[in-house]
This record gives sequence, structure tokens and C-alpha cells, in this order.
Amino acid sequence: MRKITIAAGHGFWGDWLEAPIRQVTGGQIDYLMLDYLAEVTMSVLAKQKEANPSLGYARDFPALIDRILPEIISRGIKVISNAGGLNPTACAESIVRLAKERGLSIKVAVVSGDDIKPLTRDHEFAHLEGGRSIAEIRDRITSANAYLGADAIVQALSSGAQIVVTGRVADPSMVLGPLRYSFNWREDDWNKLASGILAGHIIECGAQSSGGNFSGDWRSVPDLAHVGFPIIEAYENGDFVVTKHPNTGGLVSQATVKEQMVYEIGDPTAYYTPDVIADFTSASLSDDGPDRVKITGVKGRSRPPSYKVSISYFHGYRTVSTLVYSWPEAIAKAKAAAEILRTRIRDLGLRFEKINSEVIGANACHGSLTDHESPSMPEVLLRFAVQGPEEKDVKRFTREMAPLVLGGPPFATAYAGGKGDVSEVYGYWPSLIDRGLITPKVSYITTSDLK
Amino acid sequence: MAKVKLVDLAHARSGDKGNNSNIGLIARTPEYYEALKREVTAEGVKRHFAGICLGQVERFELPNIHALNFVLHDSLDGGGTLSLRTDAQGKTHAATLLMMEIEA
Repeated sequence: MRKITIAAGHGFWGDWLEAPIRQVTGGQIDYLMLDYLAEVTMSVLAKQKEANPSLGYARDFPALIDRILPEIISRGIKVISNAGGLNPTACAESIVRLAKERGLSIKVAVVSGDDIKPLTRDHEFAHLEGGRSIAEIRDRITSANAYLGADAIVQALSSGAQIVVTGRVADPSMVLGPLRYSFNWREDDWNKLASGILAGHIIECGAQSSGGNFSGDWRSVPDLAHVGFPIIEAYENGDFVVTKHPNTGGLVSQATVKEQMVYEIGDPTAYYTPDVIADFTSASLSDDGPDRVKITGVKGRSRPPSYKVSISYFHGYRTVSTLVYSWPEAIAKAKAAAEILRTRIRDLGLRFEKINSEVIGANACHGSLTDHESPSMPEVLLRFAVQGPEEKDVKRFTREMAPLVLGGPPFATAYAGGKGDVSEVYGYWPSLIDRGLITPKVSYITTSDLK
Repeated sequence: MAKVKLVDLAHARSGDKGNNSNIGLIARTPEYYEALKREVTAEGVKRHFAGICLGQVERFELPNIHALNFVLHDSLDGGGTLSLRTDAQGKTHAATLLMMEIEA
């Protein structure tokens, strides 16, 4: 039976820079998939594009392509990435320019049609959780994008593009695209599509399925310094194997794959994507040799009538300050310091939407479950965050932490590194849009198009 | 029957979707899965996360991988970008759940 291999190069923008290079050089692969867009990334890209209309994409991606271009061209490896963000055309152009400078010829596809910001002016986009009206944030919207599916990626690959640069697409659809293209799966072959989506879900977060962040038995995972990122070996009938390159660190086992299957899901019988609704409870896992897990039997049903939409909007300002408190009574002193800060905020009349104080070492991750007085604790970190609509109030607060070193409870340190900067805060507003309002588009840029 | 910590029976991973977190709890053996199904209820998880999860808790079953999935609504202080918490994305909620003790 024919098979193809798809490698995940990144789990997020900021992931290990060497990982995609090692995926290309460490063994045979047909496709390399790279995810750059977290929920909030679009608001960052919107700011960059506003400042310079030729930006608005993940600039790490052309930098990566520059390192692997001769190799992917000579071996025919195709690359699919959502690095295009809000400006996939500019992203593609910068790649084609790189190729031209090296005397290489290349065809890059641009998938667009996801940017629906103009529609937010007069359409309702009720919040997915609770149904609040878009009117609440309409005048503060910085970006609005529909999560496209695999259709346009299939079209781009059919036209012989070496690299496919997209804006917002559903992450697992970047894996389903090459599968549908390679095996000629029909767009309504729901079980096969669901299998491809599960394959995508398992590798879209990079090393999280090959031994990273593994809580089953982390000491059993060898050589995370050289962790092999996951690779899907997929077959025409929809079955696939999760694996990694030989002679890499990490671990692919049923347990590591299971942890990724349950990552960021809701109802496991209805995993919604633009391509299909997949049923993760239908998958059968079996061992297929060292660092190989086979998955069969995945079922799916008809794609939903809507695309999911992610809208980002300006929300306000924030600062986070920290201070270390040493034994004795480190926790109690950190809490007393937080009370001083709250009093001073009141006395100054600073207006904040919310204030959050945590004692790292006592209650930051697990709340009251672990928040016990522990007088012998060697040291803790007080972390104090404020957020509000007025930049000047947030800025004024940044001057309040350092004075506690001389004027608060004893044995506080590290204030110099603990004065936070004021940062802008963007909110994330999920919604839905009817499929009929969206037209995914594919265009191409080749070396000969450049002047 | 004795009290046992979930970390001895299961492993887990958690993450965010907006202002909700989800925790996948995976039994280390098929037998433990039966114990998890019986003992780790949505109501019990809601009580365990008092002060962290302010909304409802939903529970889903994945018998094929001996796992339960919990969705904790309104558990991230406004969600990924608006949250002021250290763990704005609920990455450690899995560990919080593994501290829970059940009869097994």
C-alpha cells in the first residue's frame, strides 16, 4: 500500500529552531508542516502590518526556509505552513526572493480568503461561549480570520507548489491537505478525513506527542536534548503510524500519543474542524515496533456548516511585577507585601479592571489546595499583576514594587529584574461564520514573477 | 479500599480553549480506568478546583484509550490573553487534578 510521511516542524511560534531542520536532515520525509499561529498571534501581526504594510507574517519562516531550501528542492520535500498570518503574499514573496538570490527556481502557493475583518463592520459575530454581541468590541477589533480547511491546500499542492503559505487555517488541516492530495481522498470520505485530522491533531503540537511534556513517566523518556519531533506515516486507507526519525531522543509510545489525543479537546466524539467532525473515541491504538504507534479505525461525519472565526481586539494595559521573599516566613511576608500594594493602589485611586497576586511556591498553580503556611520555606516569589483601561494608572503602578525592598517586610530581593513593563492586552473573541460567506483563494508566485 | 492519589493511577495533560481549560486523565491500566470512571466525577472535580474553576465541569469518556476528559468552564481568569494568572493557559491543571485522592 502507498504511504507518505508528514513531519511536524514546530508546535508553536517560538518552538525549537533546530527541530524543523532535523526533520529535514534526519531521514526520509515527503512533507514538512509548521504551525506559527496561536490564538493571540494575529493581534501581534496586525500591529506589525499597521506599522509596515509589507509585514504581518511570521518572519521566522523565511529565515527557516533559507536554511533548508536547497535540500527541500533537491529532495522534493513540500512545506506547508500558516506562517503567512495576515500577509501570506508578502511572506511568499520574501521566500521566492530568497530562492532567486540563491539562483534556485521555486513555485510558492498563497492560500488566502481567511481575512474577514471587513465583514465585522456590519455582520453579527456572537461570542461562541454565551452569545454576547460583537457590538461590545466592534470599534476595537484588530483582526478577524476564519479557520479555513484543507480544500485550498489540496488545490495548491495539485498545482505543483513546493511551499504552501497560508493565513489562518485549522492546524490539523495542514496535515489533512497533503493526505487528501496524495491519496485522492474525496472531500466527503468522512472516515478517512477524520483519520487525517486525528493525525494532524497528534503532531500539531510538536514534541508533545514524542516525549515532551509527558507526565506518564518523564524519567523514562531518553535524551530530550535531541528530541525527535513527531512524524506521521500515512496509508491510503486512512491508517497511520506516529513515529520519529531514528537516532533521535524522545519517545513515541501509546502513552505519549494518548496524552496528545486529549490535549485541548472538548467532546471527544465531536472534534470540529472545517473538513470533518472527527470521533476520537473510534481510534484504535496498537504498538508497531519501537517508537511506532499505529492508529486505525477512525470515524468521522459530515463537515459543519460554519467556519470557526477568531477575532482579536484591543482590551487595555497590564503590568506584572515580582519580588523574591526569603526565609523566615517567606510566604506570610509575600502576602503581607501584596496587602501593602493593594492599600497603596486604593490610596492612589488607581483604576484597574482586575488585580491578581500570587505567591509562587505556595498557590500560583494549584490555588488553595497547596496554599499552606510553611514557615521553613527557603524563598518564594511574589507575583503581582494589574490590568486596566488607563495606561497612566498601570504605568504608575510599576513604581510601587521596588519601594517594598526598603519599606516592606524583611529580606526581599531581586527587585531590579522584577519591575514590569506596561504591555498592551488583546482579547480573543471566537465566533462562527456561514461557509457561504467565505471563498478560499489560491494564488502562486514563482521566481520568474519577481522583477 | 484505601485512599490513593490519582497520580498513582493515571497520567494527564491539560490546556486551554478560551476561558475554559480541559484535562485529559489517562488510566495507567484498564482496571484503573474503571476506578477513575467510578470515582472521578464531574462534581468531584468541580469541588477539587474550588476557587480556580468558577463555572461548570463537564466529563467525557474515551474508553478506547482508557481516558476521561474534563472541561472546566470559566477556569482561566478570562482566558489565555486576558488572564493575570501565572498559569494563564491551565497547563498545570492536569497536575492539580493528579493531587486528588480517591477510594480505590
